[in-house]
Amino acid sequence: MATPLTERLKADGTAVSISEYEAAGGYRGLEKARSMSGREVMDLVTASGLRGRGGAGFPTGQKWSFVPAKDDGGPRYFVVNADEKEPGTMKDRILLEGDPHQIVEGIAIASAAIGAEHAFVYIRGEYLKSAAALERAIAEATERGYVGRPKEGHGPEIEIHLSLGRYLCGEETGLLNALEGKRPNPRNKPPFPQVSGLWGRPTVVNNVETVANLPHILREGPEWFKSLSPASDAGTKLYGVSGWVANPGVWELPMGATVREILEGKAGGMADGRVLRGFLPGGASTDFLGPDKLDLRMDFDSVGKAGSRLGTGTMVVLDDKTCPVGMLLSLERFFARESCGWCTPCREGLPWIVRILEALEEGRGEEGDLERLEDLSRKLAPGRTFCALAPGAVEPLQSALKLFREDFEAHLRRKGCPWK
Amino acid sequence: MLSELERTAIRAAAERPGDRRAAAAEALAMLQRERGWVSDESLAEAASVLGMPREELETVATAFELVFRRQVGRHVIMACDSVSCWIKGSESILELIKERLGIGFGETSADGEFTLLPAGCLGLCEQAPAMSLDGVPYGRLDAKTLDEIFARIGEDKHGDSAH
Repeated sequence: MATPLTERLKADGTAVSISEYEAAGGYRGLEKARSMSGREVMDLVTASGLRGRGGAGFPTGQKWSFVPAKDDGGPRYFVVNADEKEPGTMKDRILLEGDPHQIVEGIAIASAAIGAEHAFVYIRGEYLKSAAALERAIAEATERGYVGRPKEGHGPEIEIHLSLGRYLCGEETGLLNALEGKRPNPRNKPPFPQVSGLWGRPTVVNNVETVANLPHILREGPEWFKSLSPASDAGTKLYGVSGWVANPGVWELPMGATVREILEGKAGGMADGRVLRGFLPGGASTDFLGPDKLDLRMDFDSVGKAGSRLGTGTMVVLDDKTCPVGMLLSLERFFARESCGWCTPCREGLPWIVRILEALEEGRGEEGDLERLEDLSRKLAPGRTFCALAPGAVEPLQSALKLFREDFEAHLRRKGCPWK
Repeated sequence: MLSELERTAIRAAAERPGDRRAAAAEALAMLQRERGWVSDESLAEAASVLGMPREELETVATAFELVFRRQVGRHVIMACDSVSCWIKGSESILELIKERLGIGFGETSADGEFTLLPAGCLGLCEQAPAMSLDGVPYGRLDAKTLDEIFARIGEDKHGDSAH
């Protein structure tokens, strides 16, 4: 089984050096990209079927293709979104800390494709080890002449920007505002960043794992990339599991591995004495799925058809000794705290949801609370708010109200949390 | 008052290519790093070096959780209270920390040693429950590991006073 993203990771946790990376075929993908036109690189990535690994799953080559083909002489930017702050998500950290050169090479390839001479890596302020590993990799790659000299065709110049911390910095237009030194409130779309992004210039924002795939796709080709997966989505995927399982962690598997392969095969099944009740397939802002979904393939289309989203591919597992209402309260407190306050449904709706869940947990729940929660989850649904934060926040809520209905009702009936 | 070095750093950031305004975040990050927090006075001075209204820099400063607008203790604990850590018992870890330090979220201990803040996911979900202390991540917390972490800080403190 091929694991191109993680096979070089070292057991001692130190980062793969440039010599080690080169010895494993590193920077040959970039060499190939530089022998092609930007358009050809874009077409090759489109043909590979690579879809964005940050959560939305948008086809990467297609995303790049919206950058205007005509060069007006002004700057273009490539930005890596390394602001991994979706609760339950810890996959990009593994790549940044352990094998940063594939990210540097990926940046150089993407920049060549879209014609960017400057690239930024926007990284979480808490990921100091990641930032240090990446900084060193950029210095090594600059010294060897792979990047850092855009005027001589060896671009781009890569700059690391440490986030000052906010969930919305992970939303691509919020990220661009943060890079410009503004509040990270999301921007209206259109115009999309590919047309008018950083400082009004064409900009592509891609997730860390997406970027890490590029060197391997360039080197081995799109057919190889498609052959890695048994599913309709190509490549491999970093999957993670957190919660009460025997062995929480992050693993690279073929895209479309089943929940069972991840949960039982890698995470070792549930921890002793605990029974699976449900899981969020791809981070905090995805709909709960039940234990009947063990044979579901974890690819974008299959999880979508099952009523949720692949998201980041890092599962959060709910067991029978953990209260689903309490879990939701933790989730919704996070989203309420992270709301930027720009639009009313999000600013007012999320704290309202938190107050109702607190009341249920503390035995102050009232008749009609569950209907109010259902109503709120409809009022914060896609199309009702300025950005995706609130719609993401109500995905676990509306699915939990269906999947764990009897538990919500028990909180009302017993005037408090049955787990306390 | 800002030091000449701090003023120079802010000016240098403002002169780099791109939008002058982008230096706002860098200026705040630098002050946070150098001083541990951003006071009203240093924010106003930074704004004047950047040539922007104080209120405008304030809107940026208050948007971010790693810019502290109140003085914090010598050590800052950011304890994760998000979903993966909550499932693994972060509430009881928090109780232990609160018991030991006598403070809740957003508070600083009476001796000025510790400030406790909530963290919205530290990206250590497979090591839940987790926290960071002065930027250093700690996972798989329980009563024993917490004891060890606090004992180590105690030793460092002892070491400091011996010098």
